[in-house]
Amino acid sequence: MYAQMVKSTGSGAKSREEMTPDEAAFQDKIDADIKIEPRDWMPEGYRKTLIRQIGQHAHSEIVGQLPEGNWITRAPTLERKAILLAKVQDEAGHGLYLYSAAETLGITRDEMTEQLLDGRAKYSSIFNYPTLNWADIGAVGWLVDGAAIMNQVPLQRTSYGPYSRAMIRICKEESFHQRQGYDIVMKMAQGSPEQRKMAQDALNRLWYPSLMMFGPSDKDSVHSAQSMAWKIKINTNDELRQKFVDQTVPQAEFLGLTIPDENLKWNEEKGGYDFSEPDWGEFFDVLKGNGPCNQDRMATRNKAWDDGAWVREGLMAHAEKKRAAKLAAQQAAE
Amino acid sequence: MGAAEKLAEMTQEQLVQYLLRLGDNTLVLGHRVSEWCGKSPVLEEDIALANTALDLLGQTQLWLGRAADVQGEGKSADDLAFLRDVWDFRNVLLVELPNGDFGQTLMRQLLFDAYHAVLLAELVNSTDATISAIAEKASKEVAYHLERSRDTVIGLGDGTEESHNRMQAALDLLWPYVGEMFHSDAVDAAAVAAGIGPDPASLRPGFDAIVTAALAEATLVKPDSDFAHKGGRTGAMHTEHLGHMLCQMQWLQRAYPGNKW
Repeated sequence: MYAQMVKSTGSGAKSREEMTPDEAAFQDKIDADIKIEPRDWMPEGYRKTLIRQIGQHAHSEIVGQLPEGNWITRAPTLERKAILLAKVQDEAGHGLYLYSAAETLGITRDEMTEQLLDGRAKYSSIFNYPTLNWADIGAVGWLVDGAAIMNQVPLQRTSYGPYSRAMIRICKEESFHQRQGYDIVMKMAQGSPEQRKMAQDALNRLWYPSLMMFGPSDKDSVHSAQSMAWKIKINTNDELRQKFVDQTVPQAEFLGLTIPDENLKWNEEKGGYDFSEPDWGEFFDVLKGNGPCNQDRMATRNKAWDDGAWVREGLMAHAEKKRAAKLAAQQAAE
Repeated sequence: MGAAEKLAEMTQEQLVQYLLRLGDNTLVLGHRVSEWCGKSPVLEEDIALANTALDLLGQTQLWLGRAADVQGEGKSADDLAFLRDVWDFRNVLLVELPNGDFGQTLMRQLLFDAYHAVLLAELVNSTDATISAIAEKASKEVAYHLERSRDTVIGLGDGTEESHNRMQAALDLLWPYVGEMFHSDAVDAAAVAAGIGPDPASLRPGFDAIVTAALAEATLVKPDSDFAHKGGRTGAMHTEHLGHMLCQMQWLQRAYPGNKW
């Protein structure tokens, strides 16, 4: 789940009576589970909301390379380094599919990149937290990818064709990412006292930020209602968060690690765990740019983009020269 | 002569040194390339650089794994990668140099890829079945590395004035590190005698053909001097950079000895 608090039309889901004939026909297709494709008519709000949502997801994949990249050069074995590199490479690939999916809605990758770099576009709050010890790399896979999968699996059925197809490819890779993360944490939880300490430390720091990934309770959100009617959001934030907690608690118990929540308790009646809400004040601070790593992440991305300008310009200029030479050769031949 | 008879000509220690040269080149260069993660000029390059690093790392596991086996001290490829000090590393100096800008990284890659491709093409014929099999696998990967580094160097050399100047500066900086790849010593002589691998000097014409053509198309000028820094592949004198790289790469293994990860 790399899209949080995506702004929709701002006015809630339209009722049938409020819809124009085009909108009603569009809603009929969605209700019948017919995919919307790039050339099909779509309401402007649907298009804009999807651009925001897919863009946020793409940006999250790109910025998400940084906390993991932080450990590539310090991975403890050749195999761990190879797995981590492959994972980060997958994430760059996910960014690529998602930008391509968003481009079908009439925006370019460069425009989206500019929006990220100047702070207009958001990425998931989770990537503004640091990776401080090697177990964090395990916890990112186990908890962060685990939370992402909760949202992405249902999004394979989302109404927009290119987005749905991108999610199908992404989900296959994400489940591998989650397993490798859990495997790292397991090795450490069963390892030396220092390794156990690292594993517990990672869980302590990343538990609540992982719960925040689902976004605040959306029972009052007008954005969610419209997005759910359009099937670009399938479950509520609270449903997904509950599912995540219910899945993760037994995994932590198996590892002998303690989830940092005194209120965590099985609730027989609802068939799920009761748990503490994360500190939503902290969440909004992070969204405003005041997370522990916001400045570093944006500075790194901006530097990469600025330092790379001469490379992009050089390669474009070369491609242009080749095109011109080919054209001249064709004209000479005629 | 049969293969077993020939192998006897290379001592165990020589064969270990030979394999370390192969494995340390890919280990150190793979590490350098991986430092680009998330910071390259365009998303496709992030993916391509990660891919190159991953291939080199995979080759490292095979070369160092084989070196550890031949050594016969019960060590693993990880022990060799993470628990040796600078003086035991046998990579050429070229691959341990810092990345510099993207142009410098890709120029280094072209120079190494051209050498690597020509070397692997010979190692495929090694009398050592394991070396031959690793070379067979690696040469397919390296053919792609070379195609990509060559195209990128050409594109940037023959791009804008700025990209051209940066690529020329990268070439001037790195050229003195080319010669070491073609130096020979007793280990190489023994490898040649045993049919294990080629004389490094014999690889130079193949390398020159690839690089000269690429540089011409890139409108770059090969420096006049063939002066060559040396000391990496023998371990006699590495650059100051390698120690810093190892500080990072080996830190967890050194700080928590004996832990399983």
